[in-house]
Amino acid sequence: MKTLHLVLLLPFLIVFGAFFIFPLAELLLAGTGDQGIGNYLRIISNARYLRSLVTTILFSALVTAVTLVISSTVGLFLQRRRFAGRQILTTMLAFPLAFPGTVIGFLVILAGGRQGLIGVITQGVMNQRVVFAYSTIGLFIAYIYFSIPRTILTIMASAEKLDRSLEEAARSLGSSTFQVVRDVILPGLQPALIAAGAICFATSVGAFGTAFTLASTLDLLPMVIYTEFSLQANLAVASALSLVLGLMTWLVLAAARSAAGTTVAAAG
Amino acid sequence: MVRPAPALAAAVTALVMVFIFGPILLSVLAGLTVNFQTGLRSGLTLRWLAQVWDLYSGTISLSLEIACACLIITTLVGVPAAYVLANTKGIGGRLLEEVMVLPIAIPGLAVALALITAYSTVGDLRTSWLFILIGHVIYTMPFMVRSVLAVLNAIDFKLLEEGAASLGARFWQRFFGIIVPNCRQGIVAGALMTFTLSVSEFNMTFLLHTPFTTTLPVGLADAYASMRLEIGSAYTMVFFVIIVPVLLLIQYCGAPAAAGRRRSA
Repeated sequence: MKTLHLVLLLPFLIVFGAFFIFPLAELLLAGTGDQGIGNYLRIISNARYLRSLVTTILFSALVTAVTLVISSTVGLFLQRRRFAGRQILTTMLAFPLAFPGTVIGFLVILAGGRQGLIGVITQGVMNQRVVFAYSTIGLFIAYIYFSIPRTILTIMASAEKLDRSLEEAARSLGSSTFQVVRDVILPGLQPALIAAGAICFATSVGAFGTAFTLASTLDLLPMVIYTEFSLQANLAVASALSLVLGLMTWLVLAAARSAAGTTVAAAG
Repeated sequence: MVRPAPALAAAVTALVMVFIFGPILLSVLAGLTVNFQTGLRSGLTLRWLAQVWDLYSGTISLSLEIACACLIITTLVGVPAAYVLANTKGIGGRLLEEVMVLPIAIPGLAVALALITAYSTVGDLRTSWLFILIGHVIYTMPFMVRSVLAVLNAIDFKLLEEGAASLGARFWQRFFGIIVPNCRQGIVAGALMTFTLSVSEFNMTFLLHTPFTTTLPVGLADAYASMRLEIGSAYTMVFFVIIVPVLLLIQYCGAPAAAGRRRSA
């Protein structure tokens, strides 16, 4: 590397070294408490934290699966049909990507909270107030909400590049629509599905604002980390758990990148 | 044309659009109605917006300040770094790129805890808005680097540089006269992205903030927890009004939608 290049890189190295690499190393140390690296094993094998870890993984996997099914249907439709307002819709789909998790939680409260719209409507129609915002269902809906727009946009970008003549060929050979989707379209979308799925999973695993706003009773890992840190002042546990969380999301994204090739690097 | 029962696909799409945009519309209406429970019959009002201004205008200006400072720093630091990255091939380049995008892969909670562990006892940093700025710079830097890198990889900047060099331009003349102007599109896209991410960041900021350094998203969380639905809605509307023009600019500038992988939730 040329000296001039080093000069250009220097500000970055200083900022990243001082405020990212060094703090992460400190976090790693803090996570050991007084008992060395064994503290990590002890924390991970603790029944409560382990259960929270498993809950988080299962919940995020379910969110990812449902998101992928819905988003590929909608993404393909939006990419291929031309209708009035389509351009505006796809432009607006990028808006929710910029909402903090708290806003998404609040939107669910507005719809399904104690004073929510759906509660008001069901009160009028069947004389019983339906409230779902604070339950696991409400949390699930909120996670789907922030996952779907991003995934739709990724799938649309990928569907644009699909070779339509392959579908024509399959159809002319007598394939049914189901077969075309299964054997031609889905394999073509596979890199995008892997990329979008990984991003969706990693985002769900690390999401905090939404669960915080909905005061969720589901024991998701970010909520446990926050509780340990702020209410219990248990920095060792909070540090260890957040490193486990970071390692997990990093691994998922890295694995998806190597599985799907360069497309993921571009997308996520 | 796919026909996985097009009617079904159309119905699913319509439902999803209502699911995504309905609540946004609902929150805007709720922020403008006198009483959310009674609905639009109760009439429209700007009272809630005025209350939001009284209670939370400080959080709005702080968020805008942090976002602008963040944008300046990521540009100054990230653009040269992207140039070096574009020039570095092989294992070193791969490694550098991997490190650069690491802050995106690690949840904001973890980064915030790391910063608190390392720096909470250093001077007055913990209670200063600079503490939040540091977190935002780390979080947004990868987006700036990647945005500029995408442009550099798309143009033949080496050829441009060689041309300039053959005419006698020195390195710094080439960097500021050739590289930076040619990266303009990537820089603008990266800067807009940085601004958006900074203004809407909650996960990290919530741990880094103090009562004296409350940003807009943290203020929103407070309003959601302790204020009437109408005030929470009006406050959310203020957030929309700030963020939507920037998002439209991003799309107008042709930033690839997939260039930004953000962890908004």
